[in-house]
Amino acid sequence: MNSNVATLNKLQTLIVIGNGMVGHHCVEQLIERGALDHYRLHVFSEEPMRAYDRVHLSEYFSGRDAESLALGEASLYQTPGVTLHLGAPVLEIDRARRQVITAQGCVSYDKLVLATGSYPFVPPIEGAEGDSRLVYRTLEDLDAIRAAASNARRGVVVGGGLLGLEAANALKTLGLEAHVVEFAPRLMPVQLDEYGGLALKAQIERLGVGVHLSRGTQSISAGEEYRYRMNFANDEFLETDLIVFSAGIRAQDALARQCSLEVGPRGGVVIDDQCQSSDPNIYAIGECAAWNGSIFGLVAPGYQMARGVAALLCNETAEPFMGADMSTKLKLLGVDVGSIGDAHGSTPGSRSYQFIDETTASYRRLVVDATGKHVLGAVLVGDNSYYDTLLQYMQNAIALPAEPASLILPSSEGAPTLGPGALPEAATVCSCHNVTKGSICSAIDGGCTDLGLLKSQTKACTGCGGCAGLLKQVFEHELIARGVSVDKSLCEHFAYTRQELYALVRVEGVITFEELLAKHGRGHTGCDVCKPAVGSILASCWNQPIMDASLVPLQDTNDTFMANMQKNGTYSVVPRIPGGEITADKLIAIGVVAKKYDLYTKITGGQRIDLFGAQLHELPDIWAELIEAGFETGHAYGKSTRTVKSCVGSTWCRYGVQDSVQMALTIEDRYKGLRSPHKLKFAVSGCTRECAEAQSKDVGVIATEKGWNLYIAGNGGMRPRHAELFATDLDDATLIRYIDRFLMFYIRTADKLQRTSVWRESLEGGLDYLKDVIINDSLGLGEELESQMQLVVNRYECEWANALKDPEKLKRFRTFVNDKRPDPDIHFVQERGQRRPIMAAELNLIPVTEEIA
Amino acid sequence: MSQSNTQRIDSLENPEAWQTVCEQQDLVSNSGVVVWLDGAQVALFYLPGAGGRTLYAIDNHDPQSGANVIGRGLVGSIKGDLVVASPIYKQHFRLEDGSCLEYPQQRLRVWPVRLNSGVVEVGVA
Repeated sequence: MNSNVATLNKLQTLIVIGNGMVGHHCVEQLIERGALDHYRLHVFSEEPMRAYDRVHLSEYFSGRDAESLALGEASLYQTPGVTLHLGAPVLEIDRARRQVITAQGCVSYDKLVLATGSYPFVPPIEGAEGDSRLVYRTLEDLDAIRAAASNARRGVVVGGGLLGLEAANALKTLGLEAHVVEFAPRLMPVQLDEYGGLALKAQIERLGVGVHLSRGTQSISAGEEYRYRMNFANDEFLETDLIVFSAGIRAQDALARQCSLEVGPRGGVVIDDQCQSSDPNIYAIGECAAWNGSIFGLVAPGYQMARGVAALLCNETAEPFMGADMSTKLKLLGVDVGSIGDAHGSTPGSRSYQFIDETTASYRRLVVDATGKHVLGAVLVGDNSYYDTLLQYMQNAIALPAEPASLILPSSEGAPTLGPGALPEAATVCSCHNVTKGSICSAIDGGCTDLGLLKSQTKACTGCGGCAGLLKQVFEHELIARGVSVDKSLCEHFAYTRQELYALVRVEGVITFEELLAKHGRGHTGCDVCKPAVGSILASCWNQPIMDASLVPLQDTNDTFMANMQKNGTYSVVPRIPGGEITADKLIAIGVVAKKYDLYTKITGGQRIDLFGAQLHELPDIWAELIEAGFETGHAYGKSTRTVKSCVGSTWCRYGVQDSVQMALTIEDRYKGLRSPHKLKFAVSGCTRECAEAQSKDVGVIATEKGWNLYIAGNGGMRPRHAELFATDLDDATLIRYIDRFLMFYIRTADKLQRTSVWRESLEGGLDYLKDVIINDSLGLGEELESQMQLVVNRYECEWANALKDPEKLKRFRTFVNDKRPDPDIHFVQERGQRRPIMAAELNLIPVTEEIA
Repeated sequence: MSQSNTQRIDSLENPEAWQTVCEQQDLVSNSGVVVWLDGAQVALFYLPGAGGRTLYAIDNHDPQSGANVIGRGLVGSIKGDLVVASPIYKQHFRLEDGSCLEYPQQRLRVWPVRLNSGVVEVGVA
């Protein structure tokens, strides 16, 4: 140990002020490059928690908690030699003594990195205070917005730029009527041109967000209908309950000013190409730095600076910072927006191609240079699938095709793509981590033939994730180019795709995993990839009870215990409520069970009731009572039919034209218990007003005067997709026949864990092909698919009822097989009248380490 | 540092005492159950057909999620090692020595374990 002390004394001290995204990346890079051999590292953060992902801040309102937004592993800051001081703002820098001063004391430094970021600019407006002067930058700001929103109806964001629209989305997520007030005559004036701004405005207004352009707030006074009134010129006003300012950012350069570092005319610590400030021992990176008079408010350039400084401090050659490409691609309020390079066409001699579609409010502009050979910039509103290709054209100066306009025109094949083979070695694939096609190729040459491994080796696609599609294409293309056949095996135990295994199971009538493994696989155990996949195939084909002894070990934990495991190891229970229709007695029965077992209760999006917090040993008792009250399992835990949502339809609604509830019941009763490559959601609407949101489901049915319209392959969730109209004015029998065929064809041909939406997009021949197979029976499969479905329907049995009959199957539902006690480590706290799991923060899991200087 | 603390433990070693934890019939083939062992939670995996050792005892506590769930994970083999996947974040632990395939800093305790005429015994130090 003595030798350790000796080494410690030789170490210099490096201080990083700021633990935002860029500061954190710098620490990561420093550690990775071996900085701890030369330095003791201190990181000071004003905020009480370690670095978190500000890019996805708005997800804090849609359910993500602070811990899941945290960047990287907490253990990084427990590395010996690294000290993270949280909630410890640096008050002063003493450059003469080379010390930073905090409320806790002084720490001397040899080198200092400023990564203090920026703060939101709030224009001085009379009357702006409290809930009329909120900002949107930190988790604390978001907590303040949430508190203000709790008894508000309407919220206004001042500023129609990128962050302003993010903030408007956050207000919408909180259930407020959201408005955006922008001083400029268009939205996102930096990134978009006039038509782009118009298209974005139209799309956002369709989503119910008010947009008010060319309006400057002159004062804020008390409102009449709402809490505040914002007064504009010409006696115009807008009333609201809260106001969020997002009118731009300013570099957080207070410390730099205090210690007299050179600061740019528009703020920001002046840095050179090495990110060095006017003091050679002090560097500045990210949004607090001004390079060539500019501040870079995006993550990628900040990361680039962080990498450069980390390299320099580790005595490696650092690539000089030479400015950054501010191209950006985002989804704002669900609308695709992209801006590349010279979006405004301000380069002398440049010419533009424009495509405007007023029906969908889509807009695309391509800016090319005077020679017409190279892309200078582009604007995209409504569809970002064009972005990757256009960006590659610009970044790598790839020669344009003969008809440049084809790059932005709609085509039946979707957006044009640049083959991965056409990209030069220097082409950037991942701009967050600056990974080029060349470095991907050399990783492959170094023996990396696994996409996951490639990501961890090169870091490609581990930032914003936007390059996932391109990375996969490049990877597969390069493998094929090297004569490596792309391995589509399910896993190391089966050299077959899911589709091939499905065919083997069907044709050979295989009914157990062991049989399939013995005949067509390797080894005698399988793994957590092939077991659930085969379990699902067996269930789709033969529909045997999943609790049968040979099937139990195949299921993922949720299927094994027929409940949904939550983060603390407890389960949630969802009884089936077909079509969302339920009697008072059944509602009471659910209430009685929830009360008896103290379960947290929440209404789901699929018109059911989810009961949370059950321990393993409680599940059989809970289900015995639910089954006694007439419920069946809801399969919320399975890759299987989930719900059929419905509106009340013609029975009650004055607009309804068909009995949507009855149809929902028919559909749910038919397909309940059907297992498939992924979960299946259905909905039936009783008229074209579409209150059941059928167009966001795998199978959507909408009533017409003459029958039913069938929509397929829609999706909500992370990657929303509108369902496509498949057939119109169907009678009941034809509707069911088409759904039978559609679902069984999907089950037969989809990849594992592939939703219908992705499957449909990957089908060669697209929707027309699918119509041919299902409606015209072009493959002659129709009857076979129907009879396969009928077998599954005939064999339906409530899995919970089946399991409760068999003591052998109930053996596993014990928290401890040798002890009656519940898991002593499960803790709950009360919130809003119910219990919920205790959170990591409440258990003080986020370590705060401090050193007394 | 971490090397010296690591020791290979398997059923062949002789622990100081064998403690009976449950009956053989409490086990579920090719799957896991959990026993309470004086304050510790031990997951028992019973793999009668896997061709090697048939019984493994490993800590039930998942260090990544903080929940006691390892006994409810799916067992499988990866590149020759028998592993259990945590049911929450799906990282894999070797049944043999408790080491984690994805995160070397996560490591689960393992116990010697044996079947002795119809009962399961765990070795305690």
